[in-house]
Amino acid sequence: MSGAAEVMETQARRDVRNRWLLSLPALLIILLAASGPLLIVLVYSFLTPGPYGDVQWQPTVSGWINVFLERDIFDETLSLADAHVSIFIRSVWLSLVTTVLTLLVGFPTAYFIATRPDNSRELWLFLITIPFWTNLLIRTFAILQIIRNEGLINNLMIDLGLFARPVQMLFTDGAILTGMVYVYLPLMVLPLYASMEKLDFRLVEAGYDLYATPFRVLRRIIVPLVKPGIIAGSILVFIPALGAYVTPSILGGGKNLMLGNLIELQFGQGRNWPLGAALSITLMLIVMVALLFYVRNARGSGVRHG
Amino acid sequence: MKRIRITLAITAALLASTGLAHAEGVLNIYNWGNYTSPEMIKKFEDQYKVKVTITDYDSNDTALAKVRQGGSGFDMVVPSQNYVPIWISEGLLLETDPGKMENFKNVAEQWKNPVFDPDRKYTVPWAMGIVGTVVNTDVYKGDINTWGIIFDTPEELKGKVNVVPEMTDVIDAAVLYNGGTKCTGDLTILKKVRDTLVKAKPNWVAMEYGTIEKMGSGDFAASSDWNGSAFRQRLANPKIKFGYPKEGFVNWSDNLAVLKDAANVENAKLFQNFMMDPENAGMNSAFHRYANGVAGSEAFMPADMKDAPEIKIPDEFASKGVPSQTCPPEVQELYTKIWTELQK
Repeated sequence: MSGAAEVMETQARRDVRNRWLLSLPALLIILLAASGPLLIVLVYSFLTPGPYGDVQWQPTVSGWINVFLERDIFDETLSLADAHVSIFIRSVWLSLVTTVLTLLVGFPTAYFIATRPDNSRELWLFLITIPFWTNLLIRTFAILQIIRNEGLINNLMIDLGLFARPVQMLFTDGAILTGMVYVYLPLMVLPLYASMEKLDFRLVEAGYDLYATPFRVLRRIIVPLVKPGIIAGSILVFIPALGAYVTPSILGGGKNLMLGNLIELQFGQGRNWPLGAALSITLMLIVMVALLFYVRNARGSGVRHG
Repeated sequence: MKRIRITLAITAALLASTGLAHAEGVLNIYNWGNYTSPEMIKKFEDQYKVKVTITDYDSNDTALAKVRQGGSGFDMVVPSQNYVPIWISEGLLLETDPGKMENFKNVAEQWKNPVFDPDRKYTVPWAMGIVGTVVNTDVYKGDINTWGIIFDTPEELKGKVNVVPEMTDVIDAAVLYNGGTKCTGDLTILKKVRDTLVKAKPNWVAMEYGTIEKMGSGDFAASSDWNGSAFRQRLANPKIKFGYPKEGFVNWSDNLAVLKDAANVENAKLFQNFMMDPENAGMNSAFHRYANGVAGSEAFMPADMKDAPEIKIPDEFASKGVPSQTCPPEVQELYTKIWTELQK
């Protein structure tokens, strides 16, 4: 008896060891490629900015203080850094609106795909992934061509006599939102679809059998069951939108910054790397809060399938 | 047999990547976007059997930040004169001594011994110009020779003005507009500068570099801009005119230098010498439409460049130009703070 237990125990130990060995490459990559640079960012955020970018090895917390507080250039009073705060608020607001819009567009799309016959679903999914074939920059410039003053929409509207002169669409918040919704839509549709695919549509039918209105079926049956997909999709859209750089800088005209652009500014013309590093970490903290919210909600969604 | 072939291939790849010391090989130039004549590069490539690769940057700070990190892989860079002393003091440039090169005799007298690079130990003139305004005169008929276009935007231009976001250019312009001198440390002036900029920004539509394309397409009706860029815009649309701000404007030059960690030093030196040949400099000007500081190059420029209003400064404005220079670090810091505040 004891011999068999010993054999099993050795076997189990070997299994554990093998598992560790097998995951070692991945762990090393995470350690070196993710944690390493992050540590550098963290250390840099506590250093003094060098005269032409880079850092000097004198520890200070001024980078962190500058994230939220600023000393007035002229009278030295310390006040809330409303430049940064307003950019933070702008970014969070634009990302939230992007998330809501992608959800509004993505939900029906995912539902449509999930309700197609088995053999045609793959085709629809395939169509969703087509935009990924083209580089993000090129897609963004394509939007620019469409909405600019002498672009497709304005020219068409003027030709039709609907507009007297071009309507300014490029370089507005609306342009940034359009670009971001377009870019992040697949990231919303795919997790939503993954959830809906598992949805037991007999439950929907049962709802109708019990005289539920379509809206009620949606609210009481479908949404609770696909809630993990909604949350996953929202997180997948919200997080990259928060750090978006290319879309706001091309479609926003570089005038109204988002967080990504503000951070870039500190490493370029701003020549304040510690502040840039501190801002990056602040952004990560916001993302972490969003993720914690996700984890709590994902665990809290008590409805089980079947 | 197969192994030999592989060995040969690897050797060839290694040779290609190390960059050979003699003239045949490659040259990597890091330059401002839309600033290098393709025909001229073709001529250099054919003449010296060198493959030239050009990579773009859009601001002095971007270029400086990238190269300072080392391992950029570039051989040459074209910093503005106010940045040249920084590049030199940071030890980023190779002392190639262009002042002793064969074609140096062609460099115009006033560019032979500039303040930013005494005796031309490091750099060769690439182009020189002015920071002013461009206005589409179909949209606005008033006086365009003022920074008021940008800082007190007339009604017709509101929401249609772009500002090229080269920090020093913008703040210098606002300093001159408020009656200050370039690189001033005077806090009363700088406070006015900040207020001017913050008040002006809501009337701007964008802060971008791509003015040649976007002025042409009507996305912008006015912009702060450089004169050569304005020239190219006028060639595309005759209604686009360059304004010489009467409050004062900055004269700048960009200069071709070799990086200390360049892999292809010999080719880079050949290119520095090549650029001081009037024919080549003229060819480059025909593309970027700026003056180039090489005497006799006018003969190789298109006829329309001689009397172009963007190149030939009108007499009444000739005295308004101030040379671009490196500001002291404490002034630079104030500039940066004002700039960040402007980015809200």
